[in-house]
Amino acid sequence: MRSDPARAPLSLKIATGAVLVFLHFPIAIIVLYAFTTDEATFSFPPPGLTLKWFSVAWNRPDVWQALSLSLNVALVATGVALVLGTLLALAVHYSRFSGRDIISFLVVLPLALPGIVTGIALRSAMSLLDLPFSFWTIVLGHATFCIVVVYNNVIARLRRTAHSQIEASMDLGASSFQTFWYILLPAIATALLAGGLLAFALSFDEIMVTTFTAGQQQTLPIWIMSQLTKPRQRPVTNVVALFVVAVTFIPILISYRLTREK
Amino acid sequence: MNLPSSLGRRISTYFYRRPTIALILLLTPPLLWLGVVYLGALFALLIESFFHLDGFTGQVVREFTLSTYGELFTPAHLDIILRTTLMAAAVTVVSIFLAFPVAYYMARYASSKVKAAMYLAVLLPLWSSYLVRIYAWKLILAKEGVFNWFITQLQLSGLLDAVLGLPVIGGPSLSLSSLGMFIVFVHIWLPYMILPIQAALERVPPSLIEASSDLGARPSQTFHHVILPLAIPGVVAGSIFTFSLTLGDFIIPQTFGNSSFFIGLAVLTNQGVAGNIPLAAAFTVVPMVIMAFYLTAAKKVGAFDAL
Repeated sequence: MRSDPARAPLSLKIATGAVLVFLHFPIAIIVLYAFTTDEATFSFPPPGLTLKWFSVAWNRPDVWQALSLSLNVALVATGVALVLGTLLALAVHYSRFSGRDIISFLVVLPLALPGIVTGIALRSAMSLLDLPFSFWTIVLGHATFCIVVVYNNVIARLRRTAHSQIEASMDLGASSFQTFWYILLPAIATALLAGGLLAFALSFDEIMVTTFTAGQQQTLPIWIMSQLTKPRQRPVTNVVALFVVAVTFIPILISYRLTREK
Repeated sequence: MNLPSSLGRRISTYFYRRPTIALILLLTPPLLWLGVVYLGALFALLIESFFHLDGFTGQVVREFTLSTYGELFTPAHLDIILRTTLMAAAVTVVSIFLAFPVAYYMARYASSKVKAAMYLAVLLPLWSSYLVRIYAWKLILAKEGVFNWFITQLQLSGLLDAVLGLPVIGGPSLSLSSLGMFIVFVHIWLPYMILPIQAALERVPPSLIEASSDLGARPSQTFHHVILPLAIPGVVAGSIFTFSLTLGDFIIPQTFGNSSFFIGLAVLTNQGVAGNIPLAAAFTVVPMVIMAFYLTAAKKVGAFDAL
């Protein structure tokens, strides 16, 4: 349904604008507070602006440790999700087998169920198996909910890719591997990149599942959470928060550009 | 490619002739992960909820019992479940009202450029910075923070104090009140409501609206009798998200509110400090059961018919 933009009632425009402001105002606050000179409280308006906290945060080893753990987890989880999500999408798209609906349902489940269910389920399974918490238990949790993102992106692309190209390749004597490498992979490449970037952003910011699968290690979100309860230097947390926004927004923006239909 | 071409071709031909084997090879790794690890974990959780904690030894007794589920029906626990459900319902209802104008504007009036920008504006908070936005609300709702500054500028401090003085929703400050928690919940889950409603409205054929006005309906009548009913599937889809995510969240009740318990917090505490994993597991089953009831009710009302 479409109507002339000029005919939108003023009240509707105001309501829409207000809700969008409500949605983004907190992010603006994060940007502002990263520069505040106020050390002890969250006073508004900030008494002054400074770049000092960026260098303080830069010199904090605990921030670097959390950051590197988060980056590593996000990279490995994204890698696992890329492989598993693509395999699943190829299988579901190119084969007819009973249980395809179950698979589409299964893959969405970790994202549709609240994080706490996934988190505590994995945790009780780990404790039943006497699996000690480590880097890999965090990756296990993250990859589980990242698969769906890759799967959705790849299968959407496969549905839009003409099957005739694949048939032509096979008719011209290419093997399955050659067809995959020269035809299919280039066709889904941007979908893979978009899905991978989204998965990365999702993992980098995740806290609910991580709470249950991390043991003593701190990812960046867990570090921020610990600063909420026992703040050491509030302005450093503000800077880290701004950094997390940047690291998750940029991949999403790129991924959005890659998947936009013309 | 990397394989010597004759060998590669032979493998390729082999799989081409036996699509079932190729399919099994494709499916095995992801299904091992999702089907065995993930479903296995969910199943383990379910099993765990049928064990119980021995009150004297503090050990989990691994025998089948329904006594842990029985514990859910004690007044204190019912209180938690009721409070969480009411919060989820309130968050869902208010999200619908906030989401509708945005979705409606996007679907009906926005030019394609504006629509793309708005879409991105809704998508960004949906995919990222869950925790950072919660942290931002901590800054905003703090006593010396942005919100109180605005209230003071508008000279509404008296009104805010009166609201915070109310029994259920109030508290010592906005950050430590149920009202504050409610605002944060709505903010966090709102994008999940906007997108499905927008998608539903997008599918309303323009001819229906034209037909309605040709037949003499005023715009408000068209809205009530044509557009609104067709938006219902989107509203239901969105509410599944807002409802289920609010039921299961524990970060927001941990950070805001007057330290009264919510389901997520109860799970966290029982699993961690109390070491009562069976009770934690039983608590996690509650949101799933509530959601099952909700979906069945939505189906009865016919919310999925139009999908």
